[in-house]
Amino acid sequence: MKQKIRVAAGQGFWGDLLDAPVRQVEGGPIDYLMLDYLAEVTMSIMQKQRSRDPNAGYAKDFIPLMKQILPACVERDIRVTANAGGVNVEGCANAVREVARELGLAGKLRIGIVTGDDIMSRLDELLGRGIELRNMDTEEPLSTVRDRIQSANAYLGAWPMVEALNGGARIVITGRATDTGLTLAPLIHEFGWAADDWNRLAAGTIAGHIIECGAQCSGGNCQYEWSSVPNLAAVGFPIVEAAPDGTFVITKHERTGGWVIIPSVKEQLVYEMGDPHSYLTPDCVADFTTVQLEYEGRDRVRVYGIEGRPATDSLKVSISYSAGYKAVGTLVYSWPDAYAKAQAADKILRARLDRLGLKFDIIHTEFVGANATHGHLAGEPRSDLPEVQLRVGVRGEDRGAVERFTKEIAPLVLTGPPGVTGFAGGRPKVEEIVAYWPALIPKEEIKPQVQVIDA
Amino acid sequence: MQIQLTKLAHARSGDKGDTANVGLIALRDEFYPILVREVTAERVKQHFKGICKGNVERFELANLGALNFLLHESLGGGGTLSLMTDAQGKTFSTALLRMEIEVPDDEANRLELA
Repeated sequence: MKQKIRVAAGQGFWGDLLDAPVRQVEGGPIDYLMLDYLAEVTMSIMQKQRSRDPNAGYAKDFIPLMKQILPACVERDIRVTANAGGVNVEGCANAVREVARELGLAGKLRIGIVTGDDIMSRLDELLGRGIELRNMDTEEPLSTVRDRIQSANAYLGAWPMVEALNGGARIVITGRATDTGLTLAPLIHEFGWAADDWNRLAAGTIAGHIIECGAQCSGGNCQYEWSSVPNLAAVGFPIVEAAPDGTFVITKHERTGGWVIIPSVKEQLVYEMGDPHSYLTPDCVADFTTVQLEYEGRDRVRVYGIEGRPATDSLKVSISYSAGYKAVGTLVYSWPDAYAKAQAADKILRARLDRLGLKFDIIHTEFVGANATHGHLAGEPRSDLPEVQLRVGVRGEDRGAVERFTKEIAPLVLTGPPGVTGFAGGRPKVEEIVAYWPALIPKEEIKPQVQVIDA
Repeated sequence: MQIQLTKLAHARSGDKGDTANVGLIALRDEFYPILVREVTAERVKQHFKGICKGNVERFELANLGALNFLLHESLGGGGTLSLMTDAQGKTFSTALLRMEIEVPDDEANRLELA
């Protein structure tokens, strides 16, 4: 057994720095590259793409990336775990296989395909059997939005990916899988951790949590002494160097920017945290109050002491549903009286919307430059602000009303307060809202499937 | 004396649906007990009055010198439903650091905060 495994993070979300995974592969030694592509509503976007094109529905960026790094992965024995498969895992795997063949790597690598997360076609059967899939936040049963559902996927954990790795897969592609599982699976596979070794599973899970947002633990978005973070232009993405006992070091490649320091790791540990005693995953319950940190050198933070508990008997399900329409319009008002003018314009706009008889669920106004982020905590704005952006958003079920709203912004330039600009972008776009519905499902309802194919 | 939290802590915030989470981290280990004592859930709820429409939960992480706050019903519906610039609650961290807390003069002097 290897005594040290390096798992490198290459994407913190779909849309992160395109060259980050390439730099992780080329910048120094790594054993695994993990790539997280799926945000909460990404699945619905992919579902829409697939309905237009049966070959689509996965993270398209993943394919050119594979083309770029596959030869190095084969040559230097680097494996990849990625939830790039979206709602078309087989399609994604086939595209990777094509790329491998183009590169002359046919027969030189195996691709693991993890499915079974998609429960869209089973919803009526599940609801019919009394599995209500109640919204975890609002407690409402799913039946209230049944006819508006666009996608429904259970979060799979590390074990199906472990099975693929055990089957010799060099590239493991999943649909909806937990981002922590992408890091934990390689560690289970390499170190042979048992399914009830809760402390180690929790350690691998927390390692995954620390690197799953990419550079957000290595200097990006670092509030602690932010202006001292070195060379963010060439920020190094994080790497977990894990040992069989469950301890690990967070680090990054040499000669990269950013920093790995205890405060940067702490900031990421608390990111999107709920109850720190119980971080629930399909694989275990991790206890963040047991995490210990210490320096082990420059850009090296050692993490140890982690404890975990048995996993719960349910899985989280991410459901997306269509929830009306929205649009946001902006205009910029300049000195003098920038804030007062923006406020006056908002009043005029609202009066006109009212006179048109348009009904919205909500009209939301912000004054960017005065109080858009901190609200009243920012205090009363100075009277001599150089400029203020008026930002008005509406949301409602009636597309026509939202559409009409978008035509009321630009006219304010000629029919409202003076000193106004910033309308060159044209009318705001009407967006269909795809909202997120988190729910729980009994674990036994979900049967992950694993295939390993030759490229 | 009144001391602004930004002198005692750094923070990161994010979202889960319509709930914002703020992790408040002591800049020095000695500051953590002050945070535990002064930055209560009630105090945070009051600070975010009008912004946080639900309740506030607080969790302690003594191992990290950190407190985690959950501010329910704070993000205009959250996720794609929200019309807010900060629909993901990313700036709730610095909004919390605006808070002024009371630290006795002798303690502030001892910790070189004065």
